[in-house]
Amino acid sequence: MSDYRIQGATGEWEVVIGLEVHAQVTSNAKLFSGAATAFGAEPNTQVSLVDAAMPGMLPVPNRECIRQAVRTGMAIGAEINRWSRFDRKNYFYADLPQGYQISQLYHPLVGEGSVEVAPDEKNPDATKVIGVERIHVEQDAGKLMHDQHPTRSYVDLNRSGVALMEIVSRPDMRSPAEAGAYLRKLRAILRYVGSCDGNMEEGSMRADVNVSVRRPGDEFGTRTETKNVNSVRFVMQAIEHEANRQVDVLEAGGKIVQETRLFNPDTGTTRSMRSKEDAHDYRYFPDPDLLPLELDEAFLDDCRASLPELPDAKRKRYEDAGITPYNAGVLTAEVETARWFDTLLSAGAAPVQASNWVASELFGALNRLGKGIEESPVGPEQAAELLALVADGTLSGSLAKQVFEIMLDTGKAPGAIVEERGLKQTSDTGAIEAVIADVLAKNPGQLEQYRGGKVALFGFFVGQTMKAMGGKANPAVVNDLLKKALG
Amino acid sequence: MSVDTKTVKKVASLARIAISDDDAERLAPELSQILGWIEQLGEVDTSGVEPMTAVIPNSLRLRDDVVTDGGIRDALMINAPQAEHGFFTVPKVIE
Amino acid sequence: MTDLTDLGIKQIRDGVRAGSFSAVDVADAFTAKVSRAKALNAFLVETPEHALAAARAADAARAAGETLKPLAGVPIGMKDLFCTNGVTTTAASSILGGFTPPYESTVSQNLWDAGAGMLGKLNMDQFAMGSSNETSAFGNVISPWRRADGSNAPLAPGGSSGGSSAAVAARLCPGATGTDTGGSIRQPAAFTGISGIKPTYGRCSRWGTIAFASSLDQAGPMARDVTDCAIMLEAMAGFDKKDATSLQLDVPGWERGLSSDLKGKRVGIPKEYRVDNMPAEIEALWQQGIDWLRDAGAEIVEVSLPHTKYALPAYYIIAPAEASSNLARYDGVRYGLRDLPDGAGLQDMYAATRADGFGTEVKRRIMIGTYVLSAGFYDAYYTQAQKVRTLIARDFERAWASCDVLLTPTAPSAAFALGEKSADPIAMYLNDVFTVPSSLAGLPAMSVPGGLDANGLPLGLQIIGRSLDEQGVLNAGLAIEERAGFAARPEAWW
Ligand SMILES: [Mg+2]
Ligand SMILES: [Zn+2]
Repeated sequence: MSDYRIQGATGEWEVVIGLEVHAQVTSNAKLFSGAATAFGAEPNTQVSLVDAAMPGMLPVPNRECIRQAVRTGMAIGAEINRWSRFDRKNYFYADLPQGYQISQLYHPLVGEGSVEVAPDEKNPDATKVIGVERIHVEQDAGKLMHDQHPTRSYVDLNRSGVALMEIVSRPDMRSPAEAGAYLRKLRAILRYVGSCDGNMEEGSMRADVNVSVRRPGDEFGTRTETKNVNSVRFVMQAIEHEANRQVDVLEAGGKIVQETRLFNPDTGTTRSMRSKEDAHDYRYFPDPDLLPLELDEAFLDDCRASLPELPDAKRKRYEDAGITPYNAGVLTAEVETARWFDTLLSAGAAPVQASNWVASELFGALNRLGKGIEESPVGPEQAAELLALVADGTLSGSLAKQVFEIMLDTGKAPGAIVEERGLKQTSDTGAIEAVIADVLAKNPGQLEQYRGGKVALFGFFVGQTMKAMGGKANPAVVNDLLKKALG
Repeated sequence: MSVDTKTVKKVASLARIAISDDDAERLAPELSQILGWIEQLGEVDTSGVEPMTAVIPNSLRLRDDVVTDGGIRDALMINAPQAEHGFFTVPKVIE
Repeated sequence: MTDLTDLGIKQIRDGVRAGSFSAVDVADAFTAKVSRAKALNAFLVETPEHALAAARAADAARAAGETLKPLAGVPIGMKDLFCTNGVTTTAASSILGGFTPPYESTVSQNLWDAGAGMLGKLNMDQFAMGSSNETSAFGNVISPWRRADGSNAPLAPGGSSGGSSAAVAARLCPGATGTDTGGSIRQPAAFTGISGIKPTYGRCSRWGTIAFASSLDQAGPMARDVTDCAIMLEAMAGFDKKDATSLQLDVPGWERGLSSDLKGKRVGIPKEYRVDNMPAEIEALWQQGIDWLRDAGAEIVEVSLPHTKYALPAYYIIAPAEASSNLARYDGVRYGLRDLPDGAGLQDMYAATRADGFGTEVKRRIMIGTYVLSAGFYDAYYTQAQKVRTLIARDFERAWASCDVLLTPTAPSAAFALGEKSADPIAMYLNDVFTVPSSLAGLPAMSVPGGLDANGLPLGLQIIGRSLDEQGVLNAGLAIEERAGFAARPEAWW
């Protein structure tokens, strides 16, 4: 469905993309040890004997990490394997103390699922389903630092053993935009579920990007894997660069080598990692320190019962309530926004008005203040009160704007602000009629023109009346009374 | 299975064990002999047999998500051949 | 006055409780003996202060009228595979030269909690790989036994728990820990005329025990008789939440449950264990064992374990495969030896360190394990071996329909001379032909001394039981022990 094509010298090329996303499971302790997972600790202070692979140390799995991976699988409609097991992936590297990574090759915890994406923000109804092949649970490696010493690399094992979910997509994406949409959607789902904080800057989520190119309709070409790309924008850049590079190679008569590449965020380009010929013989075999992981029905029921409403369902609910698809998309894209909005609704706000207000007034204010919705100075309950004052006619739209500004500044409740500053809108016909009479008396020229047929001057009289009432008159009442007075 | 010296060297390299040409030549017939002996396993009809996963019926226990460990950097490093500023150190890795 | 080092675990325990002698006297007697037995090379590290501290605590507890702990006053030897806090632990390998764990293995901790003290760390085959204790980086252990032919050829104490077997046989300690992956408790026990039991896989925690092959490794006691084994195993075993394969079961009172009355029990004799070229003396001892068990009231039945002959080749795939991965952590980064040739990069450092640090047999097994797991061979070797392992376990399951325990010889020969088999790896591997099948099936099995061969060297009989039936194994062992009346001991020459 994507019409994204690379125009080569010899014709069009289609890009085929698959993503392996490594998402850090939200947990207090590591996957197989009791050491902490918090970000930013002093080097090697969140390391247990197990994480440092001291002789005789043994792994014991953390239930919460398994639970979060299962919930994630359920959230993408995937099959959950009641019987799975851990395998060892053997290789030597300084960030891998055991000499193997405990992962799942043969029997992953989560099987096939899918994620629906809308690659074009302006056209939220044009969706595409991206297949997820599997989700398996594995250990993260430690961290190497190369710039601290002229001849040595430094090893920090704080991340060693942190739980990751590896979410492997099918090669279903055909453009950088689709890959970007998939990543954003996946991130939203993980954050809704609470299984990963999605913080790409801190490395909580990163993607291995598999790219190949082919003539539209041909067999898959040879792919390359660009490792550890850590933002949506970089993933899209990496795909674009890598696809164009491959087209150049092929059109020059060359061949694509199946290899691992690195992305350089400064230049937006990828380069080959020097790899040894045996680098890919990982000698996987079942970890004999761990028995098969068998999940019972009660565990699965608990996982299922604890799932929140997910973005797609929430969006549908909003649209069913009359909210525009665009607003529904915006309101559900981030879990904090959706939570904020749901609180607003449960405090009694009418969905359509509330969605318009959030999308224009609240977002506008937060933008100005440079704040996220979770740091909004006005909470959803206060906002509901404000919207209620509009709905019951206490505040006009423009009064509501004034009150909202004061709320942002002072943090006070809207009712109190209205009281204090006398901002209450009036529908007192006697008072309004008196003001209208005064306005007509003061503007005889305009009155004559109006009566002579220049009906456009109606707005002028409305403005004058509102101004004279300090903006507090109910505009509908003003309209009615003016029409009568003007005959 | 007859193992030649090239294979011996490849396996040694996978296992990160430095090996001299002499050692590889000595090991090739030795490993061939051992592997040849092992290969009698091929005689066993194992169709329909599941590979063993747990020798004694027992299923995997899971632990609670509680921080119970860490903060033992000094103990972790007392045996380190080389360490600096709270890091283990290795020859510079270029990649 | 009796020589306190002539006493076994039970006698020491009871004597200390009764006040017949002090625990400190016991510790002193053994530490003195250890320090004079260097010629055996059984101890890698001597820790008299540890033994003495435990002894003082036992004496003080008694003086205070407290109930004494199960092993109060008993000093033991600790195989160097068990990590001991603050005491050098090397698995007899140069690659761990000088490694001092900042932690204590669960099994050793259990023993200290039971009141035992440590005389020292015992030599062994490097990383528990070997059947003769000739693969230690710190020299061979010499068996205290000698052939009666006056040849004085140094003999193998068996392996891999050769330091343990030699030390117990030479009365340097009343008991010692061993570990058994394919026979490493039972074969050395048989070679040195002592008893040893490998419990059901999962009874003893593997936490803090340096791994050889995770799915097979089990700790167990080696001591002078069956009762002492029962007492010591009770202290070593128990559920450990730090080991995911640990069995969540209470430890039975094995000592209390000991009974040599086998009435109503059926003893299976597996016909496939009658291997070619079995020495007549082994055959005869086996027959003798059958007679003894019949005499104890058991019914003897012939059983078949048809996949027996495939146990060794399956073992020599599974154990090296697991070992090749378990030993990847010895890379010169966080502990142990580092060999950094001039200008070497990281991967060269690994290769140099591991080439230098591992002994020949360890490297050989890492190579085999790496090979069988490598691309294209995994299914043909490893998966096939695990399927055969399923069949071997099934053989035992079927046998239990007609018997309660199995009786076999422990080893196909008496102790051989050092150097006699070390040139031929397969000949060496064949030593474990009788012990490996039960290891693959995770079953409890023990060796008890049955008699002497024509050269005056001990021979052992093996009893294999159902999983979790250590009691049945110990009881049959006791029945043999009572009838064999094995009292031979090596004459001190060291
Ligand atoms: Mg990948
Ligand atoms: Zn991964």
